[in-house]
Amino acid sequence: MDLDARIPSAPIEFMWDTHKEHLRLVGPRNRPKYRILVVGSGLAGASAAASMAAMGYRVDCFCFQDSPRRAHSIAAQGGINAAKDYRNDGDSIYRLFYDTQKGGDYRSREANVWRLAELSTAIIDQAVAQGVPFAREYGGLLANRSFGGVLVERTFYCRGETGQQLLLGACSALAEQIHAGSVTMHTRSEMLDVVVIDGRARGIVVRDLLTGKLSSHAADAVVLATGGYSNVYYLSTNAKGCNVTATWRAHKRGAGFANPCFNQIHPTCIPVAGEHQSKLTLMSESLRNDGRIWVPRQASESRSVDEIPESDRYYYLEERYPRFGNLVPRDVASRNAKEVCDQGLGVGSSGLGVYLDFRDAISEYGHDAIGARYENLFEMYERITGESPWNAPMRIYPAPHYTMGGLWVDYDLMTTVPGLFAIGEANFSDHGANRLGASSMMQCLADGYFIVPLTIGDYLSRHPSGDVTTDHAAFSDSETEVRDRTERLLSIQGTQTVESLHRELGRLMWQDCGIARNADGLSRALDEIPKLRERFWNELRIVGSGETLNQSLEHAGRLADFLEFAELMCRDALVRDESCGCHFREEHQTSEGETLRNDRDFSHVSVWEHRGMDHDPKLHREALTFEALPLAQRNYKT
Amino acid sequence: MNFVLKIWRQEGTGSGGAFSHYEVRDVEPTVSFLEMLDTLNEELTESGQEPVAFDSDCREGICGMCSLVINGQPHGPIPGTTTCQLYMRHFSDGEEITIEPWRSSAFPVLRDLVVDRSAFDRVMQAGGYVTVHSGPKPEPNSIPIEPEVAEEALDAACCIGCGACVAACPNGAAMLYTSAKVSHLALLPQGQPERYARVTAMVEQMEEEGFGSCRNYAECEAACPKEISIKFIGRMNRDYLRAALREPINPRGKMESQ
Repeated sequence: MDLDARIPSAPIEFMWDTHKEHLRLVGPRNRPKYRILVVGSGLAGASAAASMAAMGYRVDCFCFQDSPRRAHSIAAQGGINAAKDYRNDGDSIYRLFYDTQKGGDYRSREANVWRLAELSTAIIDQAVAQGVPFAREYGGLLANRSFGGVLVERTFYCRGETGQQLLLGACSALAEQIHAGSVTMHTRSEMLDVVVIDGRARGIVVRDLLTGKLSSHAADAVVLATGGYSNVYYLSTNAKGCNVTATWRAHKRGAGFANPCFNQIHPTCIPVAGEHQSKLTLMSESLRNDGRIWVPRQASESRSVDEIPESDRYYYLEERYPRFGNLVPRDVASRNAKEVCDQGLGVGSSGLGVYLDFRDAISEYGHDAIGARYENLFEMYERITGESPWNAPMRIYPAPHYTMGGLWVDYDLMTTVPGLFAIGEANFSDHGANRLGASSMMQCLADGYFIVPLTIGDYLSRHPSGDVTTDHAAFSDSETEVRDRTERLLSIQGTQTVESLHRELGRLMWQDCGIARNADGLSRALDEIPKLRERFWNELRIVGSGETLNQSLEHAGRLADFLEFAELMCRDALVRDESCGCHFREEHQTSEGETLRNDRDFSHVSVWEHRGMDHDPKLHREALTFEALPLAQRNYKT
Repeated sequence: MNFVLKIWRQEGTGSGGAFSHYEVRDVEPTVSFLEMLDTLNEELTESGQEPVAFDSDCREGICGMCSLVINGQPHGPIPGTTTCQLYMRHFSDGEEITIEPWRSSAFPVLRDLVVDRSAFDRVMQAGGYVTVHSGPKPEPNSIPIEPEVAEEALDAACCIGCGACVAACPNGAAMLYTSAKVSHLALLPQGQPERYARVTAMVEQMEEEGFGSCRNYAECEAACPKEISIKFIGRMNRDYLRAALREPINPRGKMESQ
């Protein structure tokens, strides 16, 4: 497997400019001859499809929802980082690069991270030009706030709906291109295979979710913008439909999968209420700016919240991390929450929750000021729990939220399959072992607006356009495989619903490959997953046909992929015998319970090559170098 | 809690539909409305019956995918709430709950409770954007925007495109949806160059899609899960009138040279 990241040889601050100057171009008159397929219509997919179509390429965009605007980017709440330094607090490209590298615990590629920081400011400019109504100060200039794990205020926001507004901005650009006829939009369409011909990605096979009909689409390049795989845990903050199918099937066609064990558990979610629960709701991390996190000091606390005196409240983050307090990075906050709950200090009926308290902030800043910042989040909390954060502290608990792992890509965002690109959460490149708050949208839009539209031209310019059509046998072979698989799912006729099997997988993964992992648990999971997979293929029951809208069938196809993927995730977590970022191996911690990296043996990206389900996948390594920012132990204490 | 559900079942577009009755038992009040339907679907599957098709995705009230007319009200009885944010504690034990798809000729039923809302996308494609390509842009702070204006634009821009406004309107009008996007962009300096071309194109597309006309019932505002104000409809009507009174300009037409 060729893991040459093709990092330009130039000083890091000039790398992207130098690279752009040397990229091969496709001229405006030739661009309409090239056809590009974009799978996914979230921030990355919509921005990439719109940008490439506006340049003149012929673009087809696919999403499984009924409209591109439904993609789960829409649910991002808090904000988007940009190194504008509007607050004059010492921010810079270097500082954003530094924070991202440090937040990622030195497990990302420096060149990509620097470029991300560099492009961050242009994203804000682009979004404002589209009419994204960012929050403004009294003088009419853009407002900022600070966000988890950083010491500057560089986060731009639209109340708690930043993702919605940025996605509507990207989708408006997409709508313009659809109207102009440059993008053909395929809604309620799920990609079920990548077609690789002579070593290059040449198209995809898609199932129409309303009719069950399969169709083949040939192209000159394929861009996957299909998001992350947090739903491997069944319960996560992701939308119900989020899945690993596109990236997993690409992996099975030859694309290396990088760092699958790196998944972020978000510290501020509403705790699980019961067995019936279908998803977890995130409360924006911005709440940690003013809310204080605590649990009762006594495990057997029976007093009501307002009867617990200050001295019996354990503000564990403030006590353990005086400098960052409640704003420690997500993994640190999550692990500490789990730890105090494991000690029996947790609150709520399940004991799996900690308080996030606004009492002091309300008395210090007043009801109105806190309302202006968080009103919609408070409403959301009350709507779900029936309790008002104005009267009692919120209860929160960590939940799977974002996956830093994904398809391996080079500096051009191309996977190990030539012509197959991966952008946004679907790739692995920028967030290392943990992602900073307010950086996911930044990466999606940097990839979609500014990077892939240029780098894809370099690839296309090296190949003639339109030389493969869907008449090629590879397409009909792939369609046959996909059809057989669907028929097989329908023919099992067992007794278990897809939901119940997915819940089982979720429990297993949360238990053994969740906030904290160890070799025993991971080995157990590696034994259990194949058994569960076998049960799935013997006991699943789907009612209805494959020729109409059949949501259980859709879900079953996605679960089948999760059941294969979960094994790779545990394998990766087992092989990475160190703690880093959100990958916390209990065997490797400092005396204070912090992650203990092993830079000598694990300063690399783990890239897995699929060799059929009958063979173990092969591990390849991309060594990481640290020149712009030398390795240092992450320390949020002093 | 126990409930009797009266649910609209329909094979596909154009085929007839009918209500079916189902009983769900021992539902916890902390269960969400859609989770209650998930449970029903699991029970149906286990007993060999086809589950009820309904749309949902984010399940946190922002993607706009979920729909459902519940006891005659789009998104159910709680104001400012999507179906996915409803909890069974909002209903009474033993209640019969009627569940229907969005009812509008512009939103044909695809199956059971799932409807086709692509008409909304076509209205957006007709002009719901600022024409701006990706690349270097002016420094955003060079164009100050009063915070109240940005906030009002956001009040309109927070539309989730669910279609409850259409489902609630006796005429099946899409005025609230269309006016939200028109107003969002008309309020901001970035939206000015295309302001009048936009409102004309979007209103014309809205009419072409078969949505009804507005008679100021204001049911749309009452049903909107984001509580978007009908003042935006007035704003859109004013802009539409102004656009009609302006000399017609074809922005893509031949420019008069000097």
